[in-house]
Formats: sequence, C-alpha cells, structure tokens
Amino acid sequence: MPVDRTARKDELRDYVLGLVSALVLTGIPFALVAWTRLPVNALLWTIAACGALQVIAHLRFFLHINLSKQKRDDLHLILFTIMIVLLMAGGTLWILFNLHARMM
Amino acid sequence: MVDSTWWHLLFGNLSAGALPFYSPIATGAAALVVAGAIGVVLLLNWFGGWKWLWTEWLTSVDHKKIGIVFVAIALVMFSRAVIEAIMMRLQQAMGFDSPGYLPPDHFSQLFTTHGTIMVFFMAMPFLTGLINYVMPLQIGTRDLSFPVMNSVSLALTAAGAALMMVSLDLGKFSTGGWSGYPPYTELSYNPGVGPDYWIWAVTLSSISSTMTGINFAVTIYKKRCPGMHFLRMPLFTWTALATSIMMIFAMPPLTVATLLLACDRYLGMHFFTNSGAGNMMNFVNLFWLFGHPEVYILILPPFGVYSELFSTFSAKRLYGYLSLVYATAAIAFISFMVWVHHYFTMGQSADINAVFGIATVAVGVPTGVKIYDWMLTMYRGRVRFSVPMLWSLAFAITFVIGGLTGVLLATPPVDYVVHNTLFLVAHFHNMIIPGTLFGMLAGYHFWFPKATGFRLHEGWGRFIVFCFVIGFYLAFFPLYAMGLEGMPRRTQEYYDPAYYPWAIVAMVGAGFIFLGLLGLLTQLVVSILNRDKLACHIGDPWNGRSLEWSVSAPPPEYNFAVLPRVEGRDSFTAAKAVDIAYRRPTRYEAIEMPKNSAVGPLIAFASFSCAFGLVWHIWWMASGGFVMAWLVVIARSFVRDTRKVISATEVERIEKRWLREVALTRPVSRDDEFTCANKGLAETTE
Amino acid sequence: MSVEELKHPGINLGQTDPQSHAEAEEVVFGFWVFMMSDVVVFSLLFAVFGTMITATAGGPGGHALFDIKSAFEETVVLLVSSFTFGMASLAMKYGEDRKVGWLAFWLVATLVLGLSFIGLELRDFVQLIDKGDGPDRSGFLSAYFALVATHGIHVTAGCVWIAVMVIQSFVFGITREVKTRILRLGLFWHFLDIIWVTIFSFVYLRGIV
Repeated sequence: MPVDRTARKDELRDYVLGLVSALVLTGIPFALVAWTRLPVNALLWTIAACGALQVIAHLRFFLHINLSKQKRDDLHLILFTIMIVLLMAGGTLWILFNLHARMM
Repeated sequence: MVDSTWWHLLFGNLSAGALPFYSPIATGAAALVVAGAIGVVLLLNWFGGWKWLWTEWLTSVDHKKIGIVFVAIALVMFSRAVIEAIMMRLQQAMGFDSPGYLPPDHFSQLFTTHGTIMVFFMAMPFLTGLINYVMPLQIGTRDLSFPVMNSVSLALTAAGAALMMVSLDLGKFSTGGWSGYPPYTELSYNPGVGPDYWIWAVTLSSISSTMTGINFAVTIYKKRCPGMHFLRMPLFTWTALATSIMMIFAMPPLTVATLLLACDRYLGMHFFTNSGAGNMMNFVNLFWLFGHPEVYILILPPFGVYSELFSTFSAKRLYGYLSLVYATAAIAFISFMVWVHHYFTMGQSADINAVFGIATVAVGVPTGVKIYDWMLTMYRGRVRFSVPMLWSLAFAITFVIGGLTGVLLATPPVDYVVHNTLFLVAHFHNMIIPGTLFGMLAGYHFWFPKATGFRLHEGWGRFIVFCFVIGFYLAFFPLYAMGLEGMPRRTQEYYDPAYYPWAIVAMVGAGFIFLGLLGLLTQLVVSILNRDKLACHIGDPWNGRSLEWSVSAPPPEYNFAVLPRVEGRDSFTAAKAVDIAYRRPTRYEAIEMPKNSAVGPLIAFASFSCAFGLVWHIWWMASGGFVMAWLVVIARSFVRDTRKVISATEVERIEKRWLREVALTRPVSRDDEFTCANKGLAETTE
Repeated sequence: MSVEELKHPGINLGQTDPQSHAEAEEVVFGFWVFMMSDVVVFSLLFAVFGTMITATAGGPGGHALFDIKSAFEETVVLLVSSFTFGMASLAMKYGEDRKVGWLAFWLVATLVLGLSFIGLELRDFVQLIDKGDGPDRSGFLSAYFALVATHGIHVTAGCVWIAVMVIQSFVFGITREVKTRILRLGLFWHFLDIIWVTIFSFVYLRGIV
C-alpha cells in the first residue's frame, strides 16, 4: 500500500537520522576530550551541550516525541517530572554543597 | 553436632539465639503472633474456608475485594501499633528516676516499630484500601486500569506486614526509629538483623505504593465514565489523583535511600558510613525528600473524605468546589518544596533554612482554604451529627491547633529549640491523628455499609469517637508542655521531676485510646451480629451525592450494569432530584471482566521469601524468591485467557432482583437515618 | 481523528493498526508514568554521585580510573542497539502480520548488542575491583558503581524482556498484546540509551576532564 510505504520510509529516515546525529554528537565530545587540550570549562560546556542535544535527538527520532502534537495528559506528566527532578536533584546539590562548604 | 557451614548455607544467620526469649514481654508478644496464626488456620479448617479464601479473596483482582483486604491489614496492624504506643506511655509514666519495666533496647524497638507500622502498614494500606474501593465507583468505571498489578501491590504490602510480624518471633527489630538514620543503622553500630528488617519491610511497602500510585493515576486519567470531566469529579477522587501522583514521585527517593543503605550493609559500600568518605547527610536528605510528600500523601485522602462528609451530612453542595481543587493541587505541589524543615538543625545555612521555612508556612494557606470551605458547606446546611460528622468536627478543631504548632516549628530559630523534643512528637501526632486517623475511621464508618450491605452500630461509633478524642487530647497535649520544658523524644528514662505529672496525664490519655480501640473491635462484632437490623441493601443509607451510592450494597462485581453518563457534579443527587435514580435500563449487555489470578499470592510468597532471606542472609532463599517473582511475571505474560464474560442474562437477573427490592422498599427521611427502617433508600424531597 | 495525532509518545501504530493504537493508549500511558518514576530514581543517583565526586577517601578519582576507549565502545554499542530496535519496530509495524522473521532478526541483533554492552561494562567493573578500586573503596566509587550498575541492571532486565518477546512472537505471532509489549519495550530501551548519554557525559567524560 502506498500509504504504508511512505510512512515506512519516513520512519526509517527518522531512525537513520537519529543514529547519524547521535554518532556525531557522541563523537565530538569524545574526540575533544581524548585528543585536544582545550580549557576545562570549554570542554565541560561542550560535553553538556552535546549531551543535551543528543537527548533531544533521541526523543525526536527514536521516541517520536513531537511537542506540538502532544496530548495534554503527557504534557502534565513530562512537565511535572521535570519539575520534580529539578527540585529534588537540584535541591540535593544545593543543600549538600552548602553543607560541604560549611563543614569541610 | 551440625557442621556450622552447612547450617549457614541452609539457614543463614538464623540460630537459637534469634528466638525471643530475652525477655518475658518479647516472649509474650511472639507467642501472641504464633497463637494468632494458629488461630486463623484452625478457623479456616473448621469452616472449610481454604478454597473460599483462595477463590474469593486471594486470587481476586476485583478492586472492591482488594480494597477490603488492604483495610483489614491496616486495622490489624493498627491494633499492634496502638498497643506498642501504650507500652511506651506506660514506660514513660514509670520511667521517672527509675528504669521502669522496659529496658532501653526494647523501648527503642517499640518506637521504631510503632512509627514504621503506623506510617507504612497502617495509614498507607488504609488509604490505599479506601481509594481502591471507592474511587472506581465514584468515576463510574468497573475496575482499575491494571487489576492484576493492584493484586501485586496488595501482595507486596502483605509481605511487608508479614515481615514486621515475623520480626516479633525471630530476631530483634531495628532500634533506629522509623527514619532509620545512618551511621547508627550501619553495620559498625548495628551488625544485627534489626535495620535489615526495617530496610526490606519499608522497601516492599514503597514498591507497592509506587505501583498503586501508577494504577490510581492512570485509572483516573483514562477510565472516567462519559461526561465525567475532571471538574465534575467528586473531591475524594481529586484527592486520590493528587495522592497517586505524589506516590509516584515521592517513593523513588525512599527506594534510593533504603537500597543505598542496603548497599552499605550488604556490600560494604560507603554511602553513609563514617569511614571511607561516606556522607550521612545524604541519607537524611533523601529520606525526607520522600518523608515530607509522604505525610501529605497521608493527609490528602482524609481531606477528600472530609469533603464528602461535610457535604453529605449537611445535605448541601460542597462550598467552593473549585477552590478545594486548587487547594489540593497547591498542597501537592508545595509538599515537594519543604522537606528541609525536617532537619533545620543539620547545619545548612540560614538562607536555605529560611527558604524552606517560608515554603512550609505557605502550605498552611491552601489548608486553611479547605477548612473555611468546609465550614461554609455546613453553614445554612441541615447538619446531622452522625458518627462520620462527629469525626469531621473533631478533626476540624483539633487539626487546626496542630497546624498552628506546625507554623511554630516552621520557624527555624524556634525549631532549633524544640527539634526532636516531645513538642515535635505532639505536633505530628496532632496532624496525623485528627487528620489521617479520624479521616480513615470516618471513611470506614461512611463506606462500610456500601461494602458490606449493613451499617456499623452508631452508638458504639459515638463511644469510639469520644474515647479517641478525649484520649488524643489527654495523651498528646501534655507532650507540648514536656517538649517546651526540654524533654527529648524517644526517652526511656528521665530524671527531671517537671516531666512526671505530664507523663501521668499522657498515660491516662493512652488508656482512653485503648478503650477506643476496644470499642472499634466491639462495634464490628456487634454490627455483624445485628446485620439484619442494620441492613441497607438498596445502597444509599446516607442520601449520598456521588455515583458510588447509586448501586446496591454490596455492589455487583461489575459495579454498573450500564456505565453511567453524568451531566455535572453530585450526579447522584441530581438524578434523585429528577427521579431518574433507579431506572431500569433499556437493555442489558454482557460484561467482560478480568479473571482471577494467582499472580498476587505467588508474588506475596516470593517477595516475602526474598526479603526474609535477605534479612537472615539465607542467600538461596533470597535469590530464589527474587527469581520466582520475575518468573511469575513472565509466565503471566504467556497467559492469554485472562477475561471472563458475565452474560447479559446474568446481569439482568442481578439488576432486576435489586430493582425489585428498591420498588418494595420504603424510602426514609433523614430523621430515620439511624433506625432500622433505613434500608438504604433515601426520600428525595430535599 | 487524524491518524497523525500522537496519543502518547511511542505509540505509532496509527496507520497500520488503528484498533491496537486505541487500546494501547492506557497501557502505554501507564508505562510512561512508571518510567517517570524511574527517571526520578536515576536523577537522585546522579545527585548523590554529584555530591560524592570528591569523596575519594584519599583514593583515586574519575580521572585516574575511567578509560575513555571503553566508555566510547559501550556508547557506540548501545546507540547502535537503539537503531536496531528501531528496525525491529519497523518490521513489526509494516511486516506482514504473522510473519515473524525480520522482527525476530532485529530483536536478536538488539539483544546481542545489549549483552555486549553488559559484557564490556562487567569487564570494566572487574578490572576496577581487581585493582582494589571496587565500590567498597570510597564513597565516590560507591556512588559510581551504584549509578552505572543500576543502569546496567536495567539493561539486563531489558535483555531478558527482549528474549521473552522473541519467544512470544514465535509462539503467538504478532498479536495485539505482543505489539503493545514491544512498544513498551521500545520506550524502555530508548530511555536506557538516553540515561546512558547523561552517564557518559557527566560521569565518564566529566570525570576524565
């Protein structure tokens, strides 16, 4: 069926794009760390940026998450989870580093 | 003589020394557990009840049956924990300048088990059971989204409760309090089985609650009947939704905390140890990331119950529905932002303490909104002083006082003075007892007739309210004074005469609470013996407002012959007002329901074995239990025949019998609500 | 309803099997909710690790311990396995119903890659432990092992799940239940790769830098 074939091609294209973009976004930070002598800060920011972009690439190409078409239930869930993670992980880091500074 | 390596391989660290002969009290308690177990077995044998137990209860995936078993577990564990509390009150009444009758080690076990049971094996199962029973009926559906997973949640909680009971017979329980702080609970200070019992009982409970949270949330999101928009749901369902979301996100920190502690104890790691660069403060932080949302998990369902009660027993629409919904959401939201107030004194900066102190005080605002909404619901209503209403009124006054002391504690400089004194103990009991306990007991009294088909005895109910309210004030208000005078919590012996008279008064209060507990048991027995007089099969003894009251008592397995369609809030009241409440549907259809499943009991057995094996280092049992649990899950996935059909003729038979009874029953006005004329059909002239 | 409408991320059975698409909604939403709770678990393990980076008890830290080549190998293996799983999803959706061949092939490929990942990781762990730098050496190492091993345990569970699905697709064919299970497994598998991205970025690379 023609509909199936174009849909299948689109999905295949998504997976291939996902693989390629992820490989690139993996290769860059690894290469920079292994083979260059860039300042620590620049490296750390690059690693973080590539990581964040790769997560988005995964979400988009492998998990087919498309923010514009998301149903309300899922948006609730994702937003709430992000809030919880920021509060809990962020709060933990803030408090524990504060304690470390005051006690060590 | 048995070769010791063989013994260790087979039985781990179990030995004769694990038996509870170290004190007569311990022996007595252990004997009670064994006697209880034997008694149950004998009863089942006598009545030939094994098959009935298996097919009607253990393998059932019906949310109503599972809900009832959760509540039953809660009530049994409640009895144990109340007795433990009375033992502690007695020790403190005797412990002025004297060792009393409980040595420190035993006293410490008692406050640990009391707290652990009350939170994880009384309050959580109680509210889980109530929500399990009522919520699907309130949203007009036939069961939860994942009935077998519901059964597994029950299995894990039951296994955890069983582990707590077994700890009375073999070995000693943890002495580290219900919060289990390391490094005290690490191997270097506690090499015995105590903390391990605590870790695995709590872990089983937390996994159970995570699954329950997922089940409740998906059900409410996906299975509401046609017309039941979010803003038409009853408040009890709203609080169930908020609670379930909180369970999903609050249990992970606890699981991380207990499992990392287990890594320290079992694998020699250094998360929280004194040596090897461990950081005990990480545990405190993780535990309270869970612990604070947990106490709001404990309070929101009772708030939902109170919403139902204030409106039903004032015969009036709930005042400020939208504000109650927003307040619920606000409380759930803020509850994730205040956890540091449990450890203001741990050493972080005043700025951090200030942020969390302000957030803590802020949570009083939505709570206050709720209290005002409930008061305004009563205003100009026709208030009936039923037992659930008495609980609600006692709650409203007592809880607010506790809330005020909470505002005091939320102020870091004040907290530095009273942290971990009896002032704190008084505060949290002042929230949980009128809040959670009264709410659960009120919900129990309110929905009992729906679940069983007969009401609970009202006179005994009033006795119970009286005992618990008087008992609470006498038992806990002295603790405020003792705390302000400097008495620390968890104290087995003290030497300051200023505390002594308060301890005596608190003991009297404990006596009243014990009477209340006896009253609860008596009420149940008396009600069962008089169930014909108290019968209300039609299903609406209180002139209820939401959908659960629109079906028979007890409801049929499928809940609704035809899934309802609602047009607004308080849909059953609306239906009664235009006289369409007990209409016969145009046609009956066959209904597909999930079949019974052995997955639940098998996982109960497997998870108990795994936990017990881990506690006693019986590695074959621990790994066997773990593998068995997963094999059961995998095997279940290969079962294809999981649904059964209730034929249209059968549905018609059940419904017609009930509707015939409705036609032959005389409706009662609220004046006759507590007489035996009340068969569960309400007069609809409001 | 437009077939393009995404009910939940990951349910893209739409055009090929609309009825399964509708029934899958509830079950896949539930699985998403579970995964969110798992995300919280991982984020807390990350946070604990973050607070214990300097807790080396006088012993070695990340710079001395982590091998960039090994981390790169593991990353590529897991990434390719996500791709092969995507191929499996395609075979499931667009292959002829009842013919299991390609689906099983791609699932087995994913399984082999997943097991290779575990094997490489175990090799790393054993090397560390042999040198005396096991999880009992310091708080930092405890946190490192807990975080990475938790991810590894999840991958192992995923491998078991893949094996079960291969068997089920042969035994039952590609039925509705099998489809929704493979959907959920896919969500799980891709999520594990996402977690790995954060692990190699913030644990390995950051540690080495």
